[in-house]
Amino acid sequence: MSARRIVLTSGKGGVGKTTTTANLGAALAKRGKRVVLVDADIGLRNLDLVLGLEKRIVFDLVEVVEGRCQLRQALIKDKRFQSLSILPAAQTRDKTSVSEAQFAAVVRGLDDTCDYVLIDCPAGIEHGFRNAVAGAAEAIVVTTPEVSSIRDADRVIGKLNERNMPIRLIVNRIRPEMVRSGDMMSVDDVVEILGVKLLGMIPDDEEVIDTTNRGEPVVLVPDSRLGEIYEKIARRLEGENVAFSTLQAPGIFGRLFGQRKAG
Amino acid sequence: MIEFFKRLFAPEPSGATARERLRLVLLSDHLSLAPDVVEALRADLIAVISKYVEVDEANCDVSFEQQDQAVAVLANIPILAMRDRRPPPPPGTSGGPKPDSPPRGDALGATYALADESRHPARSAVGQVQRKRRRRKRVAGQSQPAMG
Repeated sequence: MSARRIVLTSGKGGVGKTTTTANLGAALAKRGKRVVLVDADIGLRNLDLVLGLEKRIVFDLVEVVEGRCQLRQALIKDKRFQSLSILPAAQTRDKTSVSEAQFAAVVRGLDDTCDYVLIDCPAGIEHGFRNAVAGAAEAIVVTTPEVSSIRDADRVIGKLNERNMPIRLIVNRIRPEMVRSGDMMSVDDVVEILGVKLLGMIPDDEEVIDTTNRGEPVVLVPDSRLGEIYEKIARRLEGENVAFSTLQAPGIFGRLFGQRKAG
Repeated sequence: MIEFFKRLFAPEPSGATARERLRLVLLSDHLSLAPDVVEALRADLIAVISKYVEVDEANCDVSFEQQDQAVAVLANIPILAMRDRRPPPPPGTSGGPKPDSPPRGDALGATYALADESRHPARSAVGQVQRKRRRRKRVAGQSQPAMG
């Protein structure tokens, strides 16, 4: 069986593509899925750092493309999971060192060794974006509830529609208390504007800064609320019908609201 | 207290402003990304107007402009002459006015007036694309933002 090849993209930089890729990949691996995360951001590699694997890199994607090593030699296995690896981007090269066909061939090379290939797309809609998308059959668009991020997401969705790619949306960095007071667009607003099916909504949470600082996937933190959210997204991705829990639920809301007040 | 003054001076929460601004800018983005659609609209507009008046096709201009509350279709279509609206003569008879012949008699004054106006064509908004505020009615219990 071939792997599901999914690109995570946003157009705008800094909305949380890499963090989402890392944590969603970890959540899928925690569920026993075989996952490879591909960093398509050649020249600005970060996926390794977010997952705490930066010291273990030997080869990278460009070296695979150039035939300097085997694909499996470049894969770094995350020892905290049974079945999670990453394929790091080259740091000292630029995006034009790989063509769309070459990138797609590398991703296809992962097909029978795993269930999911998640491709962390670079910001922008140029060469790096086209490469990342060429390797994928599905897309997850990550956005925040801000005007610039949504406009860029809309542009990217237009590009993905040209390729008839199924698209799902993750709204990241939601601040529930601002949504409540009307000072932030709600997830409903964002979904309505972009017209894409919702896969997940992630609150703006300090925990993600903390876990990223440590290079630790948040799904490994015991009783983490954020970890739970990523696990729900993973289940939805697998086709499960997981309800979007509301902040009104007792306990959760108070915790969220209290935390945001503190932050 | 600060919150109170904030509310006092901010008539509309900024989330709603963001939503409206985005709707407009995205509509405008989509139109500028679809030159074929704009071209087809231009051709159709000219075709419809040409049924009634003779237009200066070479100098027609159809564009979209973002205004305060809407994106507007701006059509600048100079009119050269009025079309003869009298029904064409029954087939087989001769001597009747041809449909495309220039207007005569009492129609002339009106034609001149139109042609004159066409020298200073005012940019007229042919249609305003108004979007209804599609605020969803929220079911009680879902009014809070959801997480998950």
